Amino acid sequence: MAESYRRSRWTNGLFVVPYLSVFLTLLVFPLGWGIWLSLNKVDLFGGERFIGLKNYARVLSDPIFGQAVKNTLIFVGVSVPTLVILGLFLALALNKTSKGSSFLRGLFFASSILSVTIVTLIWRIVFIPNDGLMSLIFEFFGWQPIGFLSTTGWSLFSVGVATVWWCIGLPMMLFLAALQQIPKDLYEAAALDNASRWRVLTRITLPSIKSTIMLVAIIQVVMQFQLFGQAQLMTNGGPAGSSRPIVMYIYEVGFLRWDIGMGAAASQILFLIILCAAMLQYWVSTRKEEVDA
Amino acid sequence: MKAFNYSPEHLTSNRRLFWIAAVLGVIMMAPVAWIIGLSLKDNAELLRGTEAVFNMPYTLVNYANILESSSVFGWFMNSMIVAVGQTFGVLLLSSLAGYAFARLEFPFRKTLFIIVLFGLAVPEQAVIIARHQMFNWFDLHNTHIGLILPNLSSAFGVFLMTQFFRAIPKEIDEAAMLDNTSTFRIFWKVLLPLTLPAQATLGIFTFLQAWNDYWWPLISATKSDMYTLTIGIASSQTNFAQSEGLGFLGAQAVFASLPVVIVYIFFQRHIVTAVSGGAVK
Repeated sequence: MAESYRRSRWTNGLFVVPYLSVFLTLLVFPLGWGIWLSLNKVDLFGGERFIGLKNYARVLSDPIFGQAVKNTLIFVGVSVPTLVILGLFLALALNKTSKGSSFLRGLFFASSILSVTIVTLIWRIVFIPNDGLMSLIFEFFGWQPIGFLSTTGWSLFSVGVATVWWCIGLPMMLFLAALQQIPKDLYEAAALDNASRWRVLTRITLPSIKSTIMLVAIIQVVMQFQLFGQAQLMTNGGPAGSSRPIVMYIYEVGFLRWDIGMGAAASQILFLIILCAAMLQYWVSTRKEEVDA
Repeated sequence: MKAFNYSPEHLTSNRRLFWIAAVLGVIMMAPVAWIIGLSLKDNAELLRGTEAVFNMPYTLVNYANILESSSVFGWFMNSMIVAVGQTFGVLLLSSLAGYAFARLEFPFRKTLFIIVLFGLAVPEQAVIIARHQMFNWFDLHNTHIGLILPNLSSAFGVFLMTQFFRAIPKEIDEAAMLDNTSTFRIFWKVLLPLTLPAQATLGIFTFLQAWNDYWWPLISATKSDMYTLTIGIASSQTNFAQSEGLGFLGAQAVFASLPVVIVYIFFQRHIVTAVSGGAVK
């Protein structure tokens, strides 16, 4: 009897049929259909005309897309290191069994469970001129007020502050989980050698969690490239497009201008950029390890 | 020789770091405290200056206004239907598939599993335009089903449940086989009850994701009575402070986050397992 349970039977495959049918219709098919749409001129009434790579050429020559790419790269370049370093710091500081640490861990993770609308609502109310918490603080110290959401130099920065506030919980938790995995005898050996805290950090702790640091960085790069809701709700991409990210460009082209072919092309380009960024990071990290060894 | 007092904790953290983290925690909470403060103030008083937050009197009038406003309550119900529907759907599909991938043999098992894993790498915006068109063909926009369906395709649940089923000792289903039990009964009566903690983890995670989903409901639910709470709150942000007043907006934010905050307080451990469990070995 046990033998027949282990034996390969096609009826066993029935268990995966419900999921696979959803997977094929709602993920695999739209992925392929999206690529097809990006090669067509699509009008609103459902007609398609094959135009090859013209949509891609239109996207790539659109200065607004160029600006969106630049904004996104700056945003990823600043927010990801901030999230990694701050997350690592919090994990190191709160890697204890005390009640206080456990409370703070819960607190830093709590913002991650809020929806993007709530996060932006909170930060818009904090940043509004005159009546916001920020302007009250600036007033208290006698500083010149800043239009955080309405000034070209500050809008993307303000979106970044809200993003770091929202996303810091996951890096911290991943680093904490990694810190717990470091074998204790490494530290006992270090204690025997009377190693300083800094040496323990740079010689034992950080090398032991190297792969997690890379993992967190990749997860964050992939996530932050997809910045959308925060920018759309806090600044609507403004002023003058200075905080418009790539995904918001896709949204505007595909769902506000209804240029479906062009929107699909832009989304394939973003997909490609994300894949490349993640692969590049993975490649850099594995190469470094070879050099070390 | 004396016993060492060097647990990893002693070498990676110290009091000074802890207090810096505590100060960061206070800064982190300041915006939340500010919103809660505003939500407890009368809007007319806030119009004269938001410093009023720091003084008495406080009032619950903004919360009363929310409960009277039928639209907010309707959005809340839409969010509930979508989040609960999606949670049950994901649990059902992922448990069935996870069991088969972990425990049964069938043709192309390995190939299919690898294809599903590739699904993890596809970001939402690579498929969203085509999905929007497909849902147009079948007239599924502005329906609850249309809001529930897309995330059922997420490969994460299948991946997680496969891991959980693999962790169950094989002796358990082997014992059940001796009684000549059918494959489905082994799954349903013997193994599924053992995965309850895993179901809770995946279920809570899915619920939170569904509750907070933004882009799909934004383009699929375009009629205001089909808005989810997330989209409804976003729509009332567009004409911001002028119309309703900061106190009312603050109360909306607090009201909309209550369900997830309650889930978080009670199930924090499950949530942390779900987000970090798959990633760290």
